[in-house]
Amino acid sequence: MKEYNLKEYIGVNEIKGPLLIIRNIHNVGYNEMVEVVDEYGNSRIGMILESGKGYAVVQVLGGTTGLSLGNSKIRFIEKPLLMGVSEEMLGRVFNGLGQPIDNLPSPSYEEELDVNGLAINPTARVYPENNIETGISSIDIMNTLVRGQKLPIFSGSGLPHDMVASQITRQAKVKGESFCIIFAAMGVKYDTARFFIDSFEQSGVLERVAIFLSLADSPSIERILTPRMALTLAEHLAFKKNIHVLVIMTDMSNYCEALRELSSIRGEIPARKGYPGYLYSDLASLYERAGLIRGINGSITQIPILTMPNDDITHPIPDLTGYITEGQIVQDRELHSKGIYPPIAVLPSLSRLMKDNIGKNKSREDHPSVSSQLFASYARVKDVRALASIVGEEELSEIDRLYLKFGDAFEQKFLKQDYYERRTFEQGLDLGWKILSILPKEELIRVKEEELKKYYKNQAENIKDEVPIK
Amino acid sequence: MPELAGKIFKINGPVVELENIPPSLRMFDMVRVGDILLIGEVVKLNNEHAFVQVYEDTTSLKPGDPVYTEGVPLFVELGPGLLTNIYDGIQRPLEEIKEKEGFFISRGVSVPALNRSKKWHFHPLVKKDNEVKEGQIIGEVDETSTIKHKIMIPPGINGILKNIIHEGDYSIDEKIALIKTENSETGIFMYQKWPVRKRRPYKEKTPVEEPLITGQRVIDTLFPVAKGGCVAVPGPFGAGKTVVQHQLAKWSDAEIVIFIGCGERGNEMTDVLLSFPKLIDPHTGKPLLERTVLIANTSNMPVAAREASIYTGITIAEYYRDMGYDVALMADSTSRWAEALREMSGRLEEMPLEEGFPAYLPARLAEFYERAGKVKTLSDTLGSVSVIASISPPGGDFSEPVTTHTKRFIRCFWALDKDLAYSRHFPSISWIDSYSEYVDDLKEWWHKNIDSSWLAFRNIIIDLLGKEQRLLQVVKLVGSDVLPESEKLILEICNVFKNAFLQQSAFDETDAFSSAKKQFLMLKSIIYFYTKSESIVKKGVSVNEIRNLPVYQELMRMKSKYSENQLDQFDKLIEKIDADMKELGV
Repeated sequence: MKEYNLKEYIGVNEIKGPLLIIRNIHNVGYNEMVEVVDEYGNSRIGMILESGKGYAVVQVLGGTTGLSLGNSKIRFIEKPLLMGVSEEMLGRVFNGLGQPIDNLPSPSYEEELDVNGLAINPTARVYPENNIETGISSIDIMNTLVRGQKLPIFSGSGLPHDMVASQITRQAKVKGESFCIIFAAMGVKYDTARFFIDSFEQSGVLERVAIFLSLADSPSIERILTPRMALTLAEHLAFKKNIHVLVIMTDMSNYCEALRELSSIRGEIPARKGYPGYLYSDLASLYERAGLIRGINGSITQIPILTMPNDDITHPIPDLTGYITEGQIVQDRELHSKGIYPPIAVLPSLSRLMKDNIGKNKSREDHPSVSSQLFASYARVKDVRALASIVGEEELSEIDRLYLKFGDAFEQKFLKQDYYERRTFEQGLDLGWKILSILPKEELIRVKEEELKKYYKNQAENIKDEVPIK
Repeated sequence: MPELAGKIFKINGPVVELENIPPSLRMFDMVRVGDILLIGEVVKLNNEHAFVQVYEDTTSLKPGDPVYTEGVPLFVELGPGLLTNIYDGIQRPLEEIKEKEGFFISRGVSVPALNRSKKWHFHPLVKKDNEVKEGQIIGEVDETSTIKHKIMIPPGINGILKNIIHEGDYSIDEKIALIKTENSETGIFMYQKWPVRKRRPYKEKTPVEEPLITGQRVIDTLFPVAKGGCVAVPGPFGAGKTVVQHQLAKWSDAEIVIFIGCGERGNEMTDVLLSFPKLIDPHTGKPLLERTVLIANTSNMPVAAREASIYTGITIAEYYRDMGYDVALMADSTSRWAEALREMSGRLEEMPLEEGFPAYLPARLAEFYERAGKVKTLSDTLGSVSVIASISPPGGDFSEPVTTHTKRFIRCFWALDKDLAYSRHFPSISWIDSYSEYVDDLKEWWHKNIDSSWLAFRNIIIDLLGKEQRLLQVVKLVGSDVLPESEKLILEICNVFKNAFLQQSAFDETDAFSSAKKQFLMLKSIIYFYTKSESIVKKGVSVNEIRNLPVYQELMRMKSKYSENQLDQFDKLIEKIDADMKELGV
């Protein structure tokens, strides 16, 4: 941190959780930065949450342990929370407040930016138009990821969301163009962070990764700052240095809980499940920092990971996230227990930017209709399975039995793939056709007639031998 | 510099409390806060303190900073130059802000809403020395190649036209006319200012009778909306609210479209902004942007301006209505607006009601929806404002406050269904939970302009869909094999109707828009197929045999196979149904 012209006070009037109330001071600016030093000289950063005539409410980000009413020093820095950024920060590890923790000297900074960022003018944005081939069929074919998109993974505890995220980062390397990864961990266990760091190392990208760790044992309030730090660096790299940046943020549920904690300490009126009414706006201030800007070659793609409390997709955290992000990749416990990796439930998953970024010249001309047909047919499978569980498979009509076969093949052949298997668009689409061909032609009304002629091969017979029907 | 309105006492997010206020400070007066002159509005006056909601980020404001009042309520500028423009929630032109400030929106930017230097070709319509009244059209400007911007006398001004300029090119700051009113003289400009929270006057509301043709079959045929009507479109995330809004903005036959992105994604506004200039309006043959005003207050822009954006939009809509145009206003989404209301209310420490929303939520919603409608304008022409408002209920639960209160003030409800969206059936408007009270108002139009059997056909299909619901309950328990053939046929026809008619691809060139005529012909073909099938099923033909007829496939693909200029193909389709059924030998 740079030195500023500081006004310093000794003593605070009230300490309540992470909040300090200081009276009889000069008038200070709202939302500006504060440095709080305890009697042993340990310093922490804080922000002014409320500024009134002669008093201020300060939110301390580094925890209030060790602070006393009489001996704490408060320095008002008279600037919003700034962060030094530079390309040198790639390959380094920082704590949740952006201080290096890898025992190396502080990187030098090219500029200082307000961590809250500014809203991108919608007229300056470019609509994302380059898909990213992740090599995972349930994403590429069904819910295509696009550069500049914010596409979260909705998961549950115990599901392999970390593996999916790391498989995406490993397989989706942008060839020939400069890229980097920014990884922000909020309230996750050390093991999770270690898993990501190892997988970055394994795929040989570690020197292009900046890591921000606010682990489970750090003060929860610190997590409010961590993603902002990560995104501020991302903006510098993407929009000043023309780098394609992928930001992985895990776990957003911990972030939201920190926000709830703070809101409750401040005595605010809660909206749903105790979360503050501004949770939507607050999440938007993070997620909306993804995108592309006209005339600049860099981009920010976000993959936030969140665990749905109780696997409940209507919980405020996934719910509000889904309203802001451009789709979601939903993981499913049932698929996971069937031994299918990646356990991506394609029906509730969605990529809003997919429609404009697939098809001729983007992936292959039949991609839109194939994915639409797979969705429609697989949705029907769900109904047929429900029926079969009541009347028994024998009672099903012939066509319904074919749907069951299709469903099993879809899950076992199409969704399931190895952690190290990389399928191209071409391979994924061919596989899709192979599975669709289990169904009679007349059922496939979402594909065009000429595509049927070109790709449809009645393979009901040979696939029957390959797929064991339960 | 405007008059001082006090000094800052306290800052809490977007709410700023003032002390030392002058006694003349009024509710909803527009103020400028701090040395960087952030725009705000007085929302509460109490104990010699005023509370201001600030439309920009309040970081670094200090207690003691000065606040100035503009002495007028928050207003918008109405005049030529609105169309094709993109504004933020308080009508600042985003394109010009970008020119001035760069890629990011910084604070305290002051740019007039309407360009002052651009010259417009004014064509006077009234002669000097005539008596003129409020709302009267005194001249015209070609605002875009499709829209004539009518220059009107602002409400409240009546008198003798003392002077009017000759035809020619003028900027909006030049006085174009002078009116001698009872006590003084008033200059008239090509633009007027109007407070956003006040509805613009009209002579009277008139009954709605013409449909807003949207080109979307499930809407126009099953749940139509009238020009001047109000629709709510609720749905959980991912159900396709925004795609429905975009489709309507693109294809509906409104003359003017106001699109408000209220607390939604930045990329979506960019999408509209980049695609509309390239898309051609099927009704006029000109780029869609020429009839569109965009208001973008994305989710990461200040929350208070989100609250204002809805009013900014509807005021602009009313202004074009007053010229005699049919205006459609899309608000995406009103839930974000209600949430902004909730956030401001919380900061003002008002008593919360259900889910933290303030008690005045229903009143505000009612006020907003009541500004829609078809009216006889002050200049005795007819104009309308239709409102299509999406709602984002938390967890997709339609019993939450915003959805339930909105339902009281609208007459048409397009419920978006998660399961339909999951199977990528779009538009995912549920045919079970949706309704339209406009059907009776609009049937005359359909019967007069399209075909007199429209309502009868529509009722047949609604009836079948109802029967299907009951049959599906049975099928869920015992499977469909045990049903009699006549009931299997009902399931089959509903399946055809859903796939061949209701499902409509926004990305297929032919399918994206269906004219009223085409919709009727498609409906007719399906009903014809049904009645023919019904009679041969009675004679012992199985539904499976009917399914295998070549014409069945033809029916399934008619939506994208027959374009708007091949509507004669539908006659051949009917013949083919007859021929194929004959093949079955009954």
